[in-house]
Amino acid sequence: MIREDFLCLTPLMIIAGAPVIMMLFIALKRNFKIIYGISLVAFLIAFISVFFILPSIPDTISPVFIFDGFTVMFFGIIILASLLVTILSHRYLLYQESEREEYYIILFIAVLGSLILSAASNFVTLFLGIETLSISLYVLIAYRRSRRNSVEAAVKYLVLASVSSAFLLFGMGLIYLNTGALEFSKISLLLRSQGYSTPLLLTGFSMMLVGIGFKLALVPFHMWTPDVYEGAPVPVTTFIATVSKGAVMAVLLRFFYAIQGFRNHNFILLITVIAILTMFIGNLLAIRQKNLKRILAYSSIANMGYLLVTLLTGTKDGIYAAVFYVISYIVTTLAAFGIITLFSGKDNDADQLDDYAGLFWKRPWIAIVFTLALLSLAGIPATTGFMAKFYIVYTGIDSGLWILVISLVINSVIGLYYYLRVITKLFSPANNLAFPSVSFEDKLILCLVTIIILWLGINPEGTIHLIALYSGF
Amino acid sequence: MILLYMILILISGGILAGITGKRSQLLPRIISLTALGADLILLLWIWNSHTNPAQNNWWIDYKLNWVPTLGIGLHLAIDGLSLILLFLTILIGFVSVLISWKEIHEKTGFFHFNLLWILAGIAGVFLSLDLFLFYFFWELMLVPMYFLINIWGHENRIYAAYKFFLYTQASGLLMFLSILALYFIHGRTTGTYTFDYNQLLGTSMSAPVAFLLMAGFLAAFLVKLPVVPLHNWLPDAHSEAPTAGSVILAGLLLKTGAYGLIRFVLPLFPDASVSFAPFGMILGVTGILYGAKLAFAQTDLKRLVAYTSVSHMGFVILGVYAFNRIAFQGVIMQIIAHAISTGALFILAGQLYERIHTRDIAKMGGLWKQAPVMGAMGMIFAMASLGLPGLGNFVAEFLILTGTFKTSIIITCIACAGLVAATVYALRIVQKVFLGREITTLKIKDLSVREKIITAILVILIIYLGLFPQKIMDTAEPSIIKTLDPIENTMPLNSNLLNSIP
Repeated sequence: MIREDFLCLTPLMIIAGAPVIMMLFIALKRNFKIIYGISLVAFLIAFISVFFILPSIPDTISPVFIFDGFTVMFFGIIILASLLVTILSHRYLLYQESEREEYYIILFIAVLGSLILSAASNFVTLFLGIETLSISLYVLIAYRRSRRNSVEAAVKYLVLASVSSAFLLFGMGLIYLNTGALEFSKISLLLRSQGYSTPLLLTGFSMMLVGIGFKLALVPFHMWTPDVYEGAPVPVTTFIATVSKGAVMAVLLRFFYAIQGFRNHNFILLITVIAILTMFIGNLLAIRQKNLKRILAYSSIANMGYLLVTLLTGTKDGIYAAVFYVISYIVTTLAAFGIITLFSGKDNDADQLDDYAGLFWKRPWIAIVFTLALLSLAGIPATTGFMAKFYIVYTGIDSGLWILVISLVINSVIGLYYYLRVITKLFSPANNLAFPSVSFEDKLILCLVTIIILWLGINPEGTIHLIALYSGF
Repeated sequence: MILLYMILILISGGILAGITGKRSQLLPRIISLTALGADLILLLWIWNSHTNPAQNNWWIDYKLNWVPTLGIGLHLAIDGLSLILLFLTILIGFVSVLISWKEIHEKTGFFHFNLLWILAGIAGVFLSLDLFLFYFFWELMLVPMYFLINIWGHENRIYAAYKFFLYTQASGLLMFLSILALYFIHGRTTGTYTFDYNQLLGTSMSAPVAFLLMAGFLAAFLVKLPVVPLHNWLPDAHSEAPTAGSVILAGLLLKTGAYGLIRFVLPLFPDASVSFAPFGMILGVTGILYGAKLAFAQTDLKRLVAYTSVSHMGFVILGVYAFNRIAFQGVIMQIIAHAISTGALFILAGQLYERIHTRDIAKMGGLWKQAPVMGAMGMIFAMASLGLPGLGNFVAEFLILTGTFKTSIIITCIACAGLVAATVYALRIVQKVFLGREITTLKIKDLSVREKIITAILVILIIYLGLFPQKIMDTAEPSIIKTLDPIENTMPLNSNLLNSIP
């Protein structure tokens, strides 16, 4: 290993090292403030260290990791989003009487898994990343175990995630059987020379898709999403919806582009069908929900459907659009779930739609942020969601994916309906429920995400430029 | 730059009104009036310093890069047509603020925020010469309008607001797909990927593709206009919105559809438009008659007026697809006259609702005795609506029918029947509300000074339009020539084709 390799691994090492330090501190004395402080500092340092990687990219630590602009981009996104989740979790955890500290340790491990995923260039690292992420999520989901839903959600996730991991592993095995390689680049080379002809190989890819599809909650592997979103503590839901999905999407993009799946008609058909199903079922199921977390869960399913379109474009713009969409989706979701976190109290999360009746008349600023987030999810101009959707439609049309683009457009309208339902609630006559006060750091987060939502919506040029500069594979 | 300022003034005025709303009821209103006044001054300045009827180009053309990577520019420009429509926007803006003075007393700040943002969006639509920017504003005005209906509307407001938003959003997205497709077709043939209007003009494409793309644009504009099979959202939105909302809907939002047809559909797709013309005219006539018939059948006063809009907008699409200057002049007159007359009728309906808390005309009657001024105003605008000579609507409809007569005599004859139908529904309003059996239990006050001023301004304007339409026609003339030129040039078969309509 040379110096550059070490440099590239710094963020991973910081994120991996922080839990160790935290455990030492806990062994000495339990103090939530210290652990919280360490988490913040560790994330900040890790975020700064990402910038130091830039001179040494592209770099590969063969055969396991690849550090290119794409990796760095996702490192930045993941660490920043995790930092925000950390802050959002803080007040929420104060409601818990005991064992608050370990939450952050597990969160760090989950982030580590996500980072590994976004740098993975090999089946082994891919699987390692996914498992590190999933296993930490089992614990995080059940973190408030006194609540009945939490345990139910965790068990559901545990069982289904294990099954899907088995699928993933089996799929990888089949591909290995056919190609004799675990590295993406080698597999892609072999595929280019032999083609995809063997049925076993296709079976292998399909099984992998089941595994990945589960993590991304693509239809028909989406059943766990609403229950887990509802049962998990809100900050954890936020984490699942943002960081974990983003990281899995990153590795899927890298793998799919490496094997050039968009050239194979089997894949095109498969992904098209899954994407369309995901959009429609996600959106249609969201319409009748009364629970805000479930609405956002279904909306996240639909959003992953939109993202799948970028897989099939097969152009550079497709990758840029995907990265832009991931960024904008993460920011928007952070805003929406962040607000739910703010209002979630000791006994239950503020996840009923009725809890938010008349929010605008009581807390106008928070309601404005929430409205912006929902409009962004719906893809209304002046918000980042619009630009992101526009970019996907743009690349989709460029590649002639008319069916996908049109179903995306139809789904935008369906989506708009249920987002409007929530917005209508926010502006309906007020009820007499009281909302808890909001701490300074939470206000800061909301300010930050609002600015990003508007900034990317009104002036996306800089960001698109940045993505185009770095996100090549 | 001045054009951008006009939009920014409205936007920042809206934000300021929203913030100050907490402190006082009066401040947001004054801020709104100030913002509109500032825009009016800018407009007058533009009008004064640039009027040159012979000039064929843009009066002011302002261009900035926005997202150059994707070929998106901040391109604003103004010509006679835009100028007229902007004047209308400001006028309707003033009227909306003034009529809400007493009606809106809850959440005043947020109300004026929405009001000004709608106006900003509409002004943006009338000024944009970049298709992406145009779509941006097109969508942007929906959100505040949604809030306006949803929060300050009548009983069934939530349903109406959803319907309005979903209809326009869905159709707008179809237009967006067309815009993108046009962008790529242009980019592939010329190598420059841009959303700029001037460059996209004259993009060459095969006839079926052009027709398909035009259909996307038409979807958005015909829903907004609205044309009969797509008009479903309109009666709900108009009748459930607060008075200011109804006035803006009828006076401005519908006009963005007409503007879109004139500014974008015809110049971008001249050939496809010519082949669509027969259908367009038939849609227009259907709208005229069907809207009038439904208007006659309504008992809800605001719904009735809403359906008259459908009927009047039928004339607009009829005139647009007649493809000649006279009809086009009529269309522009109709846009203005309808905004004023229908706006005034909505205001009247709003004033009645404030006094007797019903919109049901069966519960009204003989109000003239108690409120003669209101009755007289109602009479004038009902007459305007039926097209009485001397008032603006007559000029408009006369010009449209004259223009259409050149292209298709039969369609013109059928459209004329619409005028008769208009007489029926307009007289029914006067008869049922102001004349007829007096319902003695109703005690209403006549118009207050503020209300008198508002309606008096509108009366003066509609009479002015009816007597001296030349000024507006001169201002609009260059834009009309510019729009019609490609159609007249590229289609020598034009007249034959249209004559083939029975």
